[in-house]
Amino acid sequence: MTDDGGAVEEDGATDGRVGATDDSEHYEAVVVGCGPGGAAAAATLANNGVETLVLERGVDAGSKNVSGGLIYAEESAPYTIDGLFPGFREEATERPATENYIHNVAGDRVATFDISELHHHDTEWADSVLRRKMDSWLAERVHEMTRETGGGLLTEVRVTGLLRDGGEIVGVETAELDPITADLIVAADGVNSELARDAGLMDWEEPEEWYQGVKAVVDVEPDAINERFGVDDDEGVAHLFSGDLFDGVRGGGFLYTNRDSLSVGTVFHLDSIAAERAEPHELLDNLLTHPLMARWLGDDYREREYSAKLVPDSKKVALESPHEGRLLVVGDAAGQMQAQGPIIKGMNHAVTAGALAAEAFVDARSRGRPERAGQLYEEKLHGEGVMEKLRPSAYRNLGSLGEVEPLADWSDRLVESSLGRYAVRALGSGVLERLYSSPRLVSMIPDTRTPYVTLPTVIAEELGERVTDRNEVEPPELDDRIGELTYDVGDPHIELVDNSYAASGTAVTACPVSAEDFGGGCYRDERVKTNGHEEHVVSLDTQPCVECGTCAVVAETDWEHPDGGKGVEFREG
Amino acid sequence: MRTVVLTKGVPDFREGQVSFDEDGHLERGKTPTVMNPNDKHALRAALQTRVRNGGTVSLMSMGPPGYEEVLQEGMTDVYADDCYLLSDREMGAADTWATAMTVATGIQNLEESPDLVFAGFKTADGETGHTGPQTAWCLGMPLVTHVVALDVDEEAGTLRAKRLVEGDVEEIETVETELPAFVVADPEFEPTYRKAAHRLAWKDLREETRERAESFEDHLTVWDHADLNLDPDYIGLDGSPTIVAGVDPIPRAPSEREATVVDPDDESGMEQVFDELAPYAAGD
Ligand SMILES: Cc1cc2nc3c(=O)[nH]c(=O)nc-3n(C[C@H](O)[C@H](O)[C@H](O)COP(=O)(O)OP(=O)(O)OC[C@H]3O[C@@H](n4cnc5c(N)ncnc54)[C@H](O)[C@@H]3O)c2cc1C
Ligand code: SF4
Repeated sequence: MTDDGGAVEEDGATDGRVGATDDSEHYEAVVVGCGPGGAAAAATLANNGVETLVLERGVDAGSKNVSGGLIYAEESAPYTIDGLFPGFREEATERPATENYIHNVAGDRVATFDISELHHHDTEWADSVLRRKMDSWLAERVHEMTRETGGGLLTEVRVTGLLRDGGEIVGVETAELDPITADLIVAADGVNSELARDAGLMDWEEPEEWYQGVKAVVDVEPDAINERFGVDDDEGVAHLFSGDLFDGVRGGGFLYTNRDSLSVGTVFHLDSIAAERAEPHELLDNLLTHPLMARWLGDDYREREYSAKLVPDSKKVALESPHEGRLLVVGDAAGQMQAQGPIIKGMNHAVTAGALAAEAFVDARSRGRPERAGQLYEEKLHGEGVMEKLRPSAYRNLGSLGEVEPLADWSDRLVESSLGRYAVRALGSGVLERLYSSPRLVSMIPDTRTPYVTLPTVIAEELGERVTDRNEVEPPELDDRIGELTYDVGDPHIELVDNSYAASGTAVTACPVSAEDFGGGCYRDERVKTNGHEEHVVSLDTQPCVECGTCAVVAETDWEHPDGGKGVEFREG
Repeated sequence: MRTVVLTKGVPDFREGQVSFDEDGHLERGKTPTVMNPNDKHALRAALQTRVRNGGTVSLMSMGPPGYEEVLQEGMTDVYADDCYLLSDREMGAADTWATAMTVATGIQNLEESPDLVFAGFKTADGETGHTGPQTAWCLGMPLVTHVVALDVDEEAGTLRAKRLVEGDVEEIETVETELPAFVVADPEFEPTYRKAAHRLAWKDLREETRERAESFEDHLTVWDHADLNLDPDYIGLDGSPTIVAGVDPIPRAPSEREATVVDPDDESGMEQVFDELAPYAAGD
């Protein structure tokens, strides 16, 4: 019997080409991944009559995805999600963010600024979303649209790499199907893109190139949301948090209102999590149990889902030329995830890039030069101003300077000094609120402790008010949180290449489902006695993995996604 | 590609489902009827053919009106286009031969004759495995049994199959035959869908069938012996050459058995136990 379970067809005869066989199926375009980037690419291709096959590895689109998440429609963007998918806001989103605040926290002192101005800058609308619902709604539309062109969308198919013919990219290989060739391959396979890696476009190996997001979806009745946040059914609130409540780790927290739940989470620089040996789930708990949260979370705290994922920092890794031959890379896979100060914009950029990649292919094809699609896509990303948003020149010129070690230390000390404190008092809430709301200023924020930890703490200490609410929330233990997740991994999708604690120990703390003194997660810290001497090692059991990708960056591992449909399945995202 | 799948209803033999009367006889009325588990493999083989080669699938069964439910279940499993139930008193108590005669006539009565007929490997109640092959014989179709993998080449009008040959060692043999043909699917049958186009076709079918399954009645045809122009002498009990001389009920486990309790610390008692067991261990 053949090893694919009994097919009778003989292997297709190769005609000397590498990878491709006579048997290969061909589609004009193959889109890998059906997050916002893939959905936008597929819809634009289908609208232009391109025969498009979409491959998604989850059991359902969105089952592997997590975001905060507010999806933005930018006024300056050439494409928005509701433009591509009519009815999107009515059908697939939760609530519009009608109010926006940032809370600077120092102990129980809090100074709150209204940052609606920043939030509304260049914004047509911004709605909260849950990814399982949003992505599976998009996927249904995508399937209908692409089916019209002779293609369609398939779930539970994992693309394992690129199909090459004499070194040239000609299609994709998958775990579940025979090789597929295509004139255009759109890699919209998200943050841990196997295709961008295969093409040699992604070498973001350093923790400073990433953020890690961890999130809890909390069950709350719609009426309780309306009452606790003072909104109507069709209104919502976005709260952001920074200051001293995250043990000095650089990053912040968020709370967004959904229809009948809250999304509460944290996003931190991965290098900071690694350096501080921070436990991501505990940092989330710090936020959940802060007195300020009591009024919104109530007494009957119930978590629907615990999730985590990495996101790339576009300032550092957005690809200048996100293409290679027929392969065009969009969204997180191309590093197009923008942290505009405290505001996170990844989904909207993925949408724009996906649609621009499709548009580039259609343009190139109509000129009879489909092979020019990549170059055209790159030109469009620059021409439409997307690259300037992702890698702002102001940051490159000034912000990154602030990250140089002595300067970073100096700015921290300055803010904490009596002079700094005096300045904060002198500026007062009004001016600071305006500064926080300046899009230009936030685009050049350096990735140092100063803007994330020190300054907000000083602001809270100098200008904040004491919060006296009692927070009774008891977040679930880690094993309860991960016990709720669905797994079916089979073959391990991670291998520890170097299990010494020195090489891979950070995985124990940085992995959102593992922790020091916790044996039930992915990574465990162990002392093994051999021949009379003791070794400090790390052991791995990928059973409860949420596939965030953190350990691929902070530890010595061979990491890949589990095959189609296997692994974690998020129901909320 | 026109395909027919044969299926049968059987008592649900799963634990907790079966009812017996005081004499230990099966109470058919109280035991739910389900699709013969082996027929699921035939459905899978038919589905694979349909997904890969397109065309239509009909489901056919001979039996009492209760089998309608089995057909309905099969309809959603294989996304069948229509279902046929061959049913009346005259057909009752048929042996495998009379069943094969009836079913073959049913198939011949279809507006369009099939390219492929699928049957499952033996039923859970009769266990003979005869009906499929006998039907093939009645239809004069080439028969391929114990099929574990299947590939139909419509253009060439042929079928290639891998079949499991059980003997001292299990072997897989590849055979090729012309269409129309009759296929008995083995429980080891594994459908494969290695082309995106196949999986997309499958998705289309699922969509199409959702509505069809809801209006099952509209897609069901019931034929009695008159519809099929069958002579009652050649079907049902009268047309069954097999005579069942008797059925031996499997003896029920005695509710009480004699037992001697031996204390493991009692050495001589334990020696006695070993003496008793030794002949079994030695294979005597
Ligand atoms: C905690 C957190 C908070 C965030 N908050 C926000 C926010 O508020 N606003 C915002 O805009 N963005 C936010 N983001 C970022 C946002 O989620 C991403 O930028 C966005 O999802 C990127 O979209 P994408 O289409 O590129 O990739 P994804 O949404 O990651 O989609 C990739 C898809 O590809 C599939 N896939 C991957 N590999 C394969 C393969 N080999 N074969 C087949 N399929 C594959 C995946 O299953 C997935 O469906 C947040 C992220 C996190 C983690
Ligand atoms: S094992 Fe790795 S990928 Fe899985 S949850 Fe932990 S850090 Fe994330």
